[in-house]
Amino acid sequence: MNTRKEQIIYWLIRMVMYSIVLVIGYILFDIVWNGVPALSWEFISEYPRKGGAEGGILPAIVGTLALLVGTIAVSLPLGICSAIYLSEYAEQTRFTTMIRLAIITLAGVPSIVYGLFGLGLFVLLLNFGTSILAGCLTLACMVLPTIIVSSEEALRAVPRGYRDASLALGATKWETIRTNVLPYSLSGIITGSILGIGRAAGETAPILLTVAAFYLPRLPNSIFDQVMALPYHLYILATQHPEADKVLPLQYATALVLLLLVLGLSLGAIFIRIHFRKKYRW
Amino acid sequence: MWKDKAMRLLMVSAASTSVFLVVLIFFFLAKESAPFVLKPGLSALFDTQWIPVSFVRERYGILPLVTGSALVTGLSMLFTIPLSVLGAIYIAEIASPVEREFLKPFIELLASIPSVVLGFFGLMVLAPLIKSLFGLGTGLTALTGAFLLTLMAIPTVITLSEDAIMSVPRAYKDASQALGASDLQTIFQVIIPAALPGIIAAIMLGTGRVIGETMAVLMVTGNSALMTWSPLAPVRTMTATIAAEMGEVSFGSIHYQSLFWIGLVLLAVTFVLNIIAQRVLVRYGMMK
Repeated sequence: MNTRKEQIIYWLIRMVMYSIVLVIGYILFDIVWNGVPALSWEFISEYPRKGGAEGGILPAIVGTLALLVGTIAVSLPLGICSAIYLSEYAEQTRFTTMIRLAIITLAGVPSIVYGLFGLGLFVLLLNFGTSILAGCLTLACMVLPTIIVSSEEALRAVPRGYRDASLALGATKWETIRTNVLPYSLSGIITGSILGIGRAAGETAPILLTVAAFYLPRLPNSIFDQVMALPYHLYILATQHPEADKVLPLQYATALVLLLLVLGLSLGAIFIRIHFRKKYRW
Repeated sequence: MWKDKAMRLLMVSAASTSVFLVVLIFFFLAKESAPFVLKPGLSALFDTQWIPVSFVRERYGILPLVTGSALVTGLSMLFTIPLSVLGAIYIAEIASPVEREFLKPFIELLASIPSVVLGFFGLMVLAPLIKSLFGLGTGLTALTGAFLLTLMAIPTVITLSEDAIMSVPRAYKDASQALGASDLQTIFQVIIPAALPGIIAAIMLGTGRVIGETMAVLMVTGNSALMTWSPLAPVRTMTATIAAEMGEVSFGSIHYQSLFWIGLVLLAVTFVLNIIAQRVLVRYGMMK
């Protein structure tokens, strides 16, 4: 049924799709090609010198990892519990509708607005100052909707029969969730959450207002310290540095490290998903 | 049984945090920006100039920032909509299963590239390109920002549009083909119209994303708060203004309050877009 004209249109659509792929490929190639030569063990294990013009980015890496861990610690338990409520307990009430509406709203709030909110609440009102704590809490608010939505999806994927069987044997609701629902959905919850949190690791706008230090060549001592962070460091090197041209290799190398960290998390999550999809089939 | 009840309570309170957070976000933005209403008064926001630091007279008109955001967002959607809809059609209807397995994660990959890295790429590669292509004095223009934002919107719009296309019942396709329509006729005259509400919702959610994007536009749009509709002029968006200036203001000053006003406007716009998109999805039964 396909005429010649249709074939041409198919090819045009295919070209649109593959030009998008090509552009993505080129971006990755550009960062890797220019970043790899400047990458060295010294670069990731040393402190920056001369305002970031020389030396490494160790404090920025440590800072980003600290933010990541803190964000997970706050958002994961909260997100999973919310998802358990929505998938296992919630009935079709106005309260539930309100929660769903709130989650949708949170998912749409721009990251810079989370930054303003974090500044107003955590930094100023609660007096945490610009600190790891304020940054983690702000980022946790930001990733919460993603974690809830993906966790709920994972929980709902567990067949009804598992719950019914457990309840029929006399287990309570919570025992059922703990022994017959959570174990089977955990892999889905984790992968979905990693994807959401990976994005938080690359975010700059919220930490700009709540944690990030311009230049701080030491490691943080407590959660009330400021830290450097990879995305902010890249932003500073690329736009604010007085000798931006001279530090070009360092910029590319920083971009590459950030990219590897975020893509590593995402790819890891995607592989875990594929692995577990094969393991559990219902 | 007490344990069961305690766990239930724990889950309910966890789920309530989301509602609590939304209220808090609105409350804090309103609280920090409120004193502005008394002095210098709301009308100051409608000035056509944004000069928050001045020896003569400070001006807090957010109009140039609003038009800056509108220009960059509009341009970017001009590219995003055709590219993403065709991309979604390709993935959902034309691609072979093997291609699909490769294309979907690749698009997801684009979504996870940090915006600051895209901004950096824009600064290094795209801006010089645009500068020489159009013979401009600077490559930092609204168009440069729009291109980067297109890259950021594409994953959202493709993924959601593809969901919409996939959710069209198979029977529609079968019926169309049984009546003798070709594959292409079926796609454009049956499947796309049926998926249209979902595609429109996808575009709205993508628009919300683009308006709220900060780092990439901060790095490549040139940051001059001029009122202009020229794609090749440097502009300044609402998000970039907050990010660039919040670090330098003294807390509680009028400048500080005006930045929170910008945040409030951003929040309101994205909130409305989001709610309308959800309404469309619910109305046409496309919510999962």
